[in-house]
Amino acid sequence: MKRFALAGNPNCGKTTLFNSLTGSSAHVGNWPGVTVEKKDGTYKKLKEPISIIDLPGIYSLSPYTSEEVIARNYIIDEKPDCVINIVDATNLERNLYLTTQLLEIDVPMVVAINMMDILNKRGDVLDLEVLQEKLGIPCVEVSALKEDHLDELMKAAYEASKQPRIGRSVFLNKDLVHLIGDVKIAFEGKGVDNPLFHAIKLIENDEVEVKMHGDLVKMVDEFKKTFNDDVFGDDIEAVIADSRYKYITAEFAKALTRNRRSDDDEVISTQSDRIDRFLTHKVFGLVFFAVVLFLAFHLTFSENLFFLGGLFKNVVPSFEGSIYEGLFWSESGINSPGVIMFNFFDMSFSALTDAARGGLDAALGVGHWFTGFLCDGVLTGLFAILGFLPQILLLFLFFSIMEDTGYMARVAFIFDKLFRKFGLSGRALIPMIMGFGCSVPAMINTRTLADDKEKIATVRVIPFFSCGAKLPILLGIAGAIAEVFGFSNVDLITYSMYVLGICTAVIAVLIMRNTTLKGDSNPFIMELPAYHLPQFKALMIHLWDKAKHFVKKAFTIILASTIIVWFLTNFGWNWHMVDSVGDSILGSIGQLIQPIFTPLGFGSQLSPIGWVFAVAAITGLIAKENVIATFISLGTVAVAFLNSGVVDPSVIEAIEADENGITATVAMIHATGITWQGCISFIAFNMLTIPCFAACATARAELPKGKFKWTLLFWILTSFIGSAFVYCFLSMFSRATLAWAIPVTVGLILLGVCGGFCIHFYNKRQRTRKLGA
Amino acid sequence: MLKKLSEFKIGETGLVKKVEGEGRFRRRLLDMGVTPGTTIYLRKKAPLGDPLEITLRGYELTLRKDEAQLVILEVA
Repeated sequence: MKRFALAGNPNCGKTTLFNSLTGSSAHVGNWPGVTVEKKDGTYKKLKEPISIIDLPGIYSLSPYTSEEVIARNYIIDEKPDCVINIVDATNLERNLYLTTQLLEIDVPMVVAINMMDILNKRGDVLDLEVLQEKLGIPCVEVSALKEDHLDELMKAAYEASKQPRIGRSVFLNKDLVHLIGDVKIAFEGKGVDNPLFHAIKLIENDEVEVKMHGDLVKMVDEFKKTFNDDVFGDDIEAVIADSRYKYITAEFAKALTRNRRSDDDEVISTQSDRIDRFLTHKVFGLVFFAVVLFLAFHLTFSENLFFLGGLFKNVVPSFEGSIYEGLFWSESGINSPGVIMFNFFDMSFSALTDAARGGLDAALGVGHWFTGFLCDGVLTGLFAILGFLPQILLLFLFFSIMEDTGYMARVAFIFDKLFRKFGLSGRALIPMIMGFGCSVPAMINTRTLADDKEKIATVRVIPFFSCGAKLPILLGIAGAIAEVFGFSNVDLITYSMYVLGICTAVIAVLIMRNTTLKGDSNPFIMELPAYHLPQFKALMIHLWDKAKHFVKKAFTIILASTIIVWFLTNFGWNWHMVDSVGDSILGSIGQLIQPIFTPLGFGSQLSPIGWVFAVAAITGLIAKENVIATFISLGTVAVAFLNSGVVDPSVIEAIEADENGITATVAMIHATGITWQGCISFIAFNMLTIPCFAACATARAELPKGKFKWTLLFWILTSFIGSAFVYCFLSMFSRATLAWAIPVTVGLILLGVCGGFCIHFYNKRQRTRKLGA
Repeated sequence: MLKKLSEFKIGETGLVKKVEGEGRFRRRLLDMGVTPGTTIYLRKKAPLGDPLEITLRGYELTLRKDEAQLVILEVA
């Protein structure tokens, strides 16, 4: 099958063209070794099917970003049958800059001129015949969006692919042409493919080229000595870039007739400028951003849409009495679209599980291990993950719209300075904020970060931005603290835990960017794309793709992990099912690891039943809601422990009736003898530790190879250090513990500050040493 | 008068004389069309004063002050 590669600048309509050409046959993966998206699909309207490869959007073939290297290597090494270069007609000069570089490679090529309609609307005219003649390759006017002339384009590409094309360069400078000719001969002598391309890149002192053809460097340097430009001297890199642009303005621009009005005023205000005046304004810009964020979260997670709850106080829940009771609204308010979808899945799933359980109970007898395995292990675990899919996708959709319209680039622009202080760019803000909803779409969103180190740092701290599923832990335990210890400000606990997460994230990023993930960030030299309306089709393709990947993960890695945890919870070491978690493998693991939580306040200082906290933390890996679910199921065990085995059935009922888990947690606090400091430390531990399996699976897919295991270690370490600090810090406020807590806390703070200074001065010394060398 | 792009005021226009620095930052600037002889107009600064938004070759580009100080212009 013939292979055509799409190449072009970012924001030139390349992805739209790809979607239009390939339709549903598109397949998304990663380029080997990097987390840059690779898309390929099939075009079927020609005599034979054509494989279309979407190369990353690039401005040039320099070797400085992974996108550029990928595109370049693909064309040079994989030798596609034709390169289709998409050019945005409204931004001709910069788009043709890439074209001049592609022209140098010995590969058949056609140019697709996109967005001609916008150009014409401005009153400008582009003469394709002239441009085609100057470029020496076919040019086809297309509209990627309206899918106009795509067949023509593909026919032209098909014709072009039939015969080889020899690369040509576009320089007017005679000395330069001469120099290139000499080096090209040397490459031809070596029998290298694409001699012209390699010759120019070597003259440019291109890193990759110098490494590959080191033997020729000396000779080229000799040649270069004879070269001297009036303006640039011997700075050939600048000469070449400049010559390309000069050629473009001198030759290709002849094809473009500008409307006189825009000629007079180069900086004429466009529609995007007018929007920007508001959206990047000092005050309105921030307000607008806050409102957009609020809406995205509100429409995804709210159970009281637009705060209309009061209106529905006396209305019965929707579908009362059916399995879908409360699907659209309940007494407390109208549900947001996200919650409605969540409810629909959740209610259907639990009805399904109940039906399966009923059927199996009838067939196998009540309490058979297989019923437990299927219903509690497989189905509950799977549904817990799949139930979140609608909300994950909806949140992802809102942020994709912001990305597609060009608004995200503005957000990065506004917040860049703030984030630079922590060694990140403004782009990192969005995934972090998404983390408050769900870590899964947040981690996927880190793809927009150009720098790998920045991406790793961001993925690692995303779980610290406490997601929706962690809120029940907060509310359940904080509620119990209020009840047992008479602490009335539950919201203060909740609020400070969110702040703790953000502070930990900031400190962790600062430490990583100065130690393990050191390095300059990528240049923040980016185009602010013109605003445009989001495209429904592209968004849906994007979402469908994410859903597919997530479901695949849910059925493989996440399901497997869930089954393992179910097995550990329900089986003893003798491979028989047990009645109480206390006798299970997980229970004994909990008892075994209980001592390591001592510095965190929920370890050996508790009563023998203190292992419940360790167990709840482990079951929380399936989904964070499970922490409270485990508390509820262990509440009975706690009561039994307190009353030496005798449990009043009404107590069990009360525990199981309280869905928020406050009653169960209260029983747990009484049985284990945990202090309020220990309780808060336990919340902190769950906030900072390894996120749920779904987030882990996403992190593993998004992180570069080999980084996931270190990320797991990072989460474990951070949660231990973080909650140990929280425990010590809070223990200062209790008369019984302040004697040891004050010196330890002060010691920890001093240690942290000293460590910070050591890193700072070590890095400073390294830097001066490097400069000295 | 020669001036660094980072020292430009909003609304000022200049002609690029020289692009300093080395490696990928410089390369990227050149690739994006910041080459000698180009007219650059400083359109806006971010609310916190950095990065900058400039217009050149008919499109909008943003860059940080750190990178902008590599660009030397003749003020128009």
